[in-house]
Amino acid sequence: MNLLMIIRVAFRALVRNKMRAALTMLGIIIGVSAVIAMVSIGQGASASVQAQIDSIGTNLLFVSAGSQNVGGVRSGTGDTGNNVLTVDDLEAIKREVPSVSMVTPSVNTRAQLIAGNMNWNTSLQGVSEQYPDIRKWSIQSGAFFTDSDVRTAARVIVIGQTLADTLYAGGDPVGQTIRVSNLPFRVVGVMAAKGQDPQGRDQDDIAFAPYTTVQKKVLGRDRVQIAYVSAISQDATYTAQSQITELLRQRHKLTASEPDDFTVRNMTDVAEAANETSRTMTILLACIAGVSLLVGGIGIMNIMLVSVTERTREIGIRMAIGARSSAVRSQFLIESIVLSLTGGTMGIILGVGLSLAIPAMLGWPTLVSMMAIVGSVIFSAAVGIFFGYYPARKAAALDPIDALRYE
Amino acid sequence: MSTTFTTIQPQVEPALLAQMPESRPVIQLDHIHKTYTMGDVDVHALRGVSLTIREGEFVAIMGASGSGKSTTMNIIGCLDRPTRGTYILDGEDVSQMSKDERADIRCQKIGFVFQGFNLLSRTSALENVELPMLYLGVDAAQRRQRATEALAAVGLAGREQNHPNQLSGGQQQRVAVARSLVNNPALILADEPTGNLDSRTSVEVMEIFQRLNRERDITLVLVTHEPDIAQYADRVIVFKDGKIKSDYKVENKRDAAEELKNMPVIDDEDEEEDYE
Repeated sequence: MNLLMIIRVAFRALVRNKMRAALTMLGIIIGVSAVIAMVSIGQGASASVQAQIDSIGTNLLFVSAGSQNVGGVRSGTGDTGNNVLTVDDLEAIKREVPSVSMVTPSVNTRAQLIAGNMNWNTSLQGVSEQYPDIRKWSIQSGAFFTDSDVRTAARVIVIGQTLADTLYAGGDPVGQTIRVSNLPFRVVGVMAAKGQDPQGRDQDDIAFAPYTTVQKKVLGRDRVQIAYVSAISQDATYTAQSQITELLRQRHKLTASEPDDFTVRNMTDVAEAANETSRTMTILLACIAGVSLLVGGIGIMNIMLVSVTERTREIGIRMAIGARSSAVRSQFLIESIVLSLTGGTMGIILGVGLSLAIPAMLGWPTLVSMMAIVGSVIFSAAVGIFFGYYPARKAAALDPIDALRYE
Repeated sequence: MSTTFTTIQPQVEPALLAQMPESRPVIQLDHIHKTYTMGDVDVHALRGVSLTIREGEFVAIMGASGSGKSTTMNIIGCLDRPTRGTYILDGEDVSQMSKDERADIRCQKIGFVFQGFNLLSRTSALENVELPMLYLGVDAAQRRQRATEALAAVGLAGREQNHPNQLSGGQQQRVAVARSLVNNPALILADEPTGNLDSRTSVEVMEIFQRLNRERDITLVLVTHEPDIAQYADRVIVFKDGKIKSDYKVENKRDAAEELKNMPVIDDEDEEEDYE
């Protein structure tokens, strides 16, 4: 008796009891679709984080004043009172580190912007003319300020989309005048809309001016909190990181035993951390869904055991008319595999359907994972074999004489 | 039933076998012993049974319950192995065969008909008859053809797609007979085939057996406890206490076909029509 015939026999046996077969499969259907949907949600979250990071630029490095970890105490980045990151440092990085292509300081402050009778409190960032290239942020109208604006500390300003909408609803902001700290600034450009960052903050609620202008005319202090550095490629970020560290230690005359008084971070690390978080979440979700798959498998075993007892007479008949034990065992094993694989297939359809429906229904991004589908198929087949083996062996071990006499 | 009972003449007739030198033996039991161990007690179900059944014989095995006739039938049917002794079926020594070897032998050489019909429920008559061929590895087209022919041979043409619950008891037993002969076995073994049937249907089933035996020269072994059913066979073997008590040729063998002609059609006209 060949395998094809055994499969047909198994199929017929299942068709004879459709309701029970359907209910048994339901466990697997729910399990598999849950795994696929959960993994899709996890992968979707991961992909959207990755997309955000990619939009920032993976060859981006942050250099900030102060150490994140001084003497074992986490003090945070930024101005620690003893400001050691200077414009000269940044010039040196740009000049002396070969793996660095662009540098901009970022001198940040909150400022009240007044345009006509409208006013708005926003984040004013003093940067260099290379900022849009480093952050991969395009200009929607007008232009970003130039290096001569930076050199002359010109009173020019580029505003984000939210500001443009708020201060100049409908009108063209370019060429208008905005007052910042009672100084008039000429609007030279409007940034393209960027939307929310992963934390839900509005990235378009922002204004840019030359860092020289912000230092001298707004803050009145010569300080740099943070600098954005662009490495020549993503692969060069680690080289750039160590070269910058080396250069700054040299410039700050730090001895070998002294800790860094600055921090260099690269975006790849940030991306890794974010990915790690979403990976953990995905695994957690998949594990919970996997439990339901396991429960579904136990359901199959239960039904197969009941089925073997109930069909003892059938087994006796089959054996009496010439079925070998192996044929009976194969039949029951294949019945169980057919149950779990059919359930698995339906589960995949349902799971993929759910994954496609979730973004529309709940607004969560999902990404159907091929690995989850293949994994579910393998797992459900394994469930069929594992939980079908014992009942099948029990059926095959029956004695035809006793089985025929069974009522 | 207007059957006259033939007086059973218990007489061991070893000369009977010698009377048929032309046909070869299908079943040869030689000093078969079967002992079951139940707890600490050994139960001797068979105590040295020797018998030969030749090709084309129609033999009825009789005996009270506990006489050893069921055990004999299980051994003849290769469902069980003797504890001691030799059993040669169709020229092959099957006495010490493994479970799988016996399954193959059952598949190729033995057709079973049971008291309770033992058809697969929710499965068409055709598929039930196809079942033994499935385990023999016959291809689908041939399975279908042979099963259809077998059903026609037992008068069930046109009932191929009926499920057992759509058939009367007599029809179900005829499906079982069709199933038993579909692999062209050396032997058909019928265990109380009329036990669940009324008297008219019993005669109908016996008619099929007699016809198969006469026309196709099929060897038939019938286990029954009804003396009048045994009268349809050529030869009766009576068991008692695990031994053969008597083995004799039936005088005035009943002819089921003849009896049916004289029987009034009582209730199941539909079945009678199908029977032609």
